Amino acid sequence: MARLTLTDIRKSYGGTEVLRGIDLTVADGEFLSLVGASGCGKSTLLRIISGLESPDAGKIALDGRDVGSATPKERGVAMVFQDYALYPHMSVAQNMAMPLIMARLPMYARLPGARWLTPNHRGTRSGVAAQVERVARQLRIDHLLDRRPAQLSGGQRQRVALGRALVRDPSLFLMDEPLSNLDAKLRVEVRREIVELHRASGLTFVYVTHDQTEAMTMSDRVALLRDGRLLQVAAPGTLYADPASVEVARFVGTPEISLLPAVAEPGGLRIGTVLAPCAHGLTSGRDVIVGLRPEALAPVGMPALQSPGGRGPRLRLELAVEAVEDLGAEVVIHARLRDFPDLAVRMRSQKTLERTGPVPLPDHLTAEAPLSALLMFDAEGQRLRDPAPVQMAGAQ
Amino acid sequence: MIGGAERLARRQRRLAFALVAPAVLLILVIYVIPMVLVVLTSFTDYSLVSNGFDWIGLENYRHMAEDEQFGNALRNTLVYALVFLPGAFFVPLFLAIAIQSQKRFRSVFEIVYFLPVTSTLTAMALVWSALMDSRQGILNNVLTSAGLPAINFLGSPDVVLYSLAGITLWSIIGFNMVLFLAGLTAIPSSLYDAAEIDGASHPVDRFFKVTWPMLAPTSVFVAVTSSITAFKLFDVVAILTQGKPAHASEVFLYLTFLEGFEYFNMGYSAALSVVFLGVIFLFALVQTLLADRTTHH
Amino acid sequence: MTDMTAIAPARIRLARISPGRVLGFVILALGAWVVVFPYIWMISSSLKPTDEVYDADFTIWPRTFAGVQNYWDVLVGQPYPTFLLNSLIVCGGILAAQLVTAIPAAYALAKLRFRGQTILLGTVVACLTIPINVTSIPLYLGVVKAGLLDTYLSMMLPFLVSVFAIFLFRQFFRAYPDSIIQAARVDGFSEIEIVLRLIVPAAVPAVAAFSVFSFVAHWNDLYWPLIVVQSQEKMTASLSMMQYRSEFDINYGRTFAAATVVTIPMLIVFLFARRAFIRGITMSGVKG
Repeated sequence: MARLTLTDIRKSYGGTEVLRGIDLTVADGEFLSLVGASGCGKSTLLRIISGLESPDAGKIALDGRDVGSATPKERGVAMVFQDYALYPHMSVAQNMAMPLIMARLPMYARLPGARWLTPNHRGTRSGVAAQVERVARQLRIDHLLDRRPAQLSGGQRQRVALGRALVRDPSLFLMDEPLSNLDAKLRVEVRREIVELHRASGLTFVYVTHDQTEAMTMSDRVALLRDGRLLQVAAPGTLYADPASVEVARFVGTPEISLLPAVAEPGGLRIGTVLAPCAHGLTSGRDVIVGLRPEALAPVGMPALQSPGGRGPRLRLELAVEAVEDLGAEVVIHARLRDFPDLAVRMRSQKTLERTGPVPLPDHLTAEAPLSALLMFDAEGQRLRDPAPVQMAGAQ
Repeated sequence: MIGGAERLARRQRRLAFALVAPAVLLILVIYVIPMVLVVLTSFTDYSLVSNGFDWIGLENYRHMAEDEQFGNALRNTLVYALVFLPGAFFVPLFLAIAIQSQKRFRSVFEIVYFLPVTSTLTAMALVWSALMDSRQGILNNVLTSAGLPAINFLGSPDVVLYSLAGITLWSIIGFNMVLFLAGLTAIPSSLYDAAEIDGASHPVDRFFKVTWPMLAPTSVFVAVTSSITAFKLFDVVAILTQGKPAHASEVFLYLTFLEGFEYFNMGYSAALSVVFLGVIFLFALVQTLLADRTTHH
Repeated sequence: MTDMTAIAPARIRLARISPGRVLGFVILALGAWVVVFPYIWMISSSLKPTDEVYDADFTIWPRTFAGVQNYWDVLVGQPYPTFLLNSLIVCGGILAAQLVTAIPAAYALAKLRFRGQTILLGTVVACLTIPINVTSIPLYLGVVKAGLLDTYLSMMLPFLVSVFAIFLFRQFFRAYPDSIIQAARVDGFSEIEIVLRLIVPAAVPAVAAFSVFSFVAHWNDLYWPLIVVQSQEKMTASLSMMQYRSEFDINYGRTFAAATVVTIPMLIVFLFARRAFIRGITMSGVKG
């Protein structure tokens, strides 16, 4: 169990800055995901946390103690690799026993063939075997202990990798895209199992992924990385409803948030030809960006689709429909402003319960969003909160 | 009525025969017929210098048992192999691991150690014989200036096999090193990361838990090909010692060559060739068996 | 959690790795010197007059420079240009024949269906283990009967087909996607065009690797030329070195100038085709 604190971690490879000052604290027992596109530095950060890589600058502390110079073994971290990194020449049991053997037997007893020459360590070995078996039962792989990794399915290998990490009571549990080699169905299954594992063990988890769904569904908090910097660290719901910047808003949520350039006017924000009558406290003429989550917008006067929720003043947009994706329970509509075709809008509407069949949509429709659902960003993409157009309630 | 697919298949079959015909013809002439003939010859007393021959059954093979030259050649080959093989295996393994961990000079070392593999061994053997010269050679100069007795590297029956092993080692080390380097680079780096996480950070642990087992298929290949190389020792003997002194460097293949092309005892030489091939087949068999056991995929 | 009081700072941990690397470097450098020294000695001696070659105190640069004289003697006074040309002709002929026979056969084995395919492949694999040393007696007798002793043809004969090349190229061709071949057939390519315009260009790395490998191997071969070559006019470079067994030349400077002349061509080939050559060797690992 441990609280992890990173202070101003920096790393570059041959002149390329991969990490540009990361400050992050992971609470004891927390499940934190590091998310970002490939090349954002998330794997490097994980390797630095594990001790496989040293940062150029910055401090790493576990429970307040500086571990910057400690080896992975001394840090007591466990790690699950993207390709599982199981030793192909060892049985499942031997793979899982590795960390224990390394920790409990002296060097001479670990040499090949030493098993038969060091009967004095028999007790230790049987203790290791018992512990391996206990963990294997817990992961339901105890019937596979004698197999080699090559004889296992992808999901089984994944469990062995988890088992190898679990056997030795790690302080930190690190995972590097552990689901990316599994097929879609298994991925959902193992996702739940990992969450369950986290709950049962109470360990601190740091989980690296490029998949926002994984991050959003599994974590207590999500840390979003881009170009070696942390964009925002927050609970999944907060990240969605209260993004710190346009980048975060775009990364989280499918279909993507609609972003509409607007100009501040005394009476509100002008989007194209429409005026959204909201209080903004900005100087007139300032350029801003208005963000609209797809479910914030709903068509007016269509009984097949649920009408827009929320109360109070609304933004009303006249739209030309471009494409419709019928997902069964809901429809995703891609449209453009009728008077301002440069501006694209995505909206997602639930079907009403009595109408689950195909929904006929006209070429043109009117959609409404409560003003409270508008997210406002400055021209550089940073969130404008003060005075906020009232936070959107009950996101998702 | 013949469909298009059948016509295509038939055309392909005809084409296939045309494509393999030259190779098949040459394989028959170069491999299959000579193989049959060599076995048949080994049952005769055929000699190039006399007309006609008699079928003598297994007499040539029986003769080996009592032939002192054969026993001597076998012994010499074995002694040579026992010196040569450990060097041909462990030195390249060490070099490959050492080179792998170098960053800047990696390719320089790779080139240098590989040079002897491409060099004409007959020419370089001449150089080595000069370096090993009993009186004026540079090696003996070094020895005597260090206060050690001079060694008659190529002229002493007790030393000559070791000297030949030294020269052939020099010529083969780069070859095996390249094989080991290829094996090392094929080991996924995540395995070393996993070992590090598991606490195997000491180089000894890393070697025995990851490098050595992952290198097993390469090791089998290197060991078997080197054994065959050792068994095929010929060039250096032919140019430097011709089996001298006192038959101390007369190895198996050189004896086979002498019997066939110096004494023209074709029947006996053919029998020796068959034994030679038998040994090589044995090595190939060992390799196939071990290769199955050491690959993990 | 492990006790962390005894942990050295990061810089010292890095330093703990480097002594090993430094030691490795020193050993590698010493070994490299041992490996290179024979070349240095050979080239140095080739520039010296005969009495300086075995001089007790060795100098890399000769005290009396006889290099021009030695190399002039070897290249003009002795038949070394002939030896080199013979090697070139034999190795080039062998390589050409090997490629012409192996590429089509390997394609048929990899991508076509025909009767006897399995037997042929089995024969090829079995022949991989048969060295020239085993079949040399019947081949020699055949050459004698045909009156071909001491001819280029007899020098090339046992190597006109390479079962190794067939096997290697078959492995390479098998990896070539069938869908592309089928698409080419649909587009109206004939099978010959498929081989020449699709397969061969894709096989360039394998062909290059094998070519360097084959050329160097036959340039350095001693065994077979020793058996079939009888006159000095047909001697290969490698075989020419055998003349020094007897008192062919008592001028040692000139002797090692000759050794240098014989060795240098393959060293140059290697330095220019290093990657192909090393690929050829590592590919030979697949036959196991």
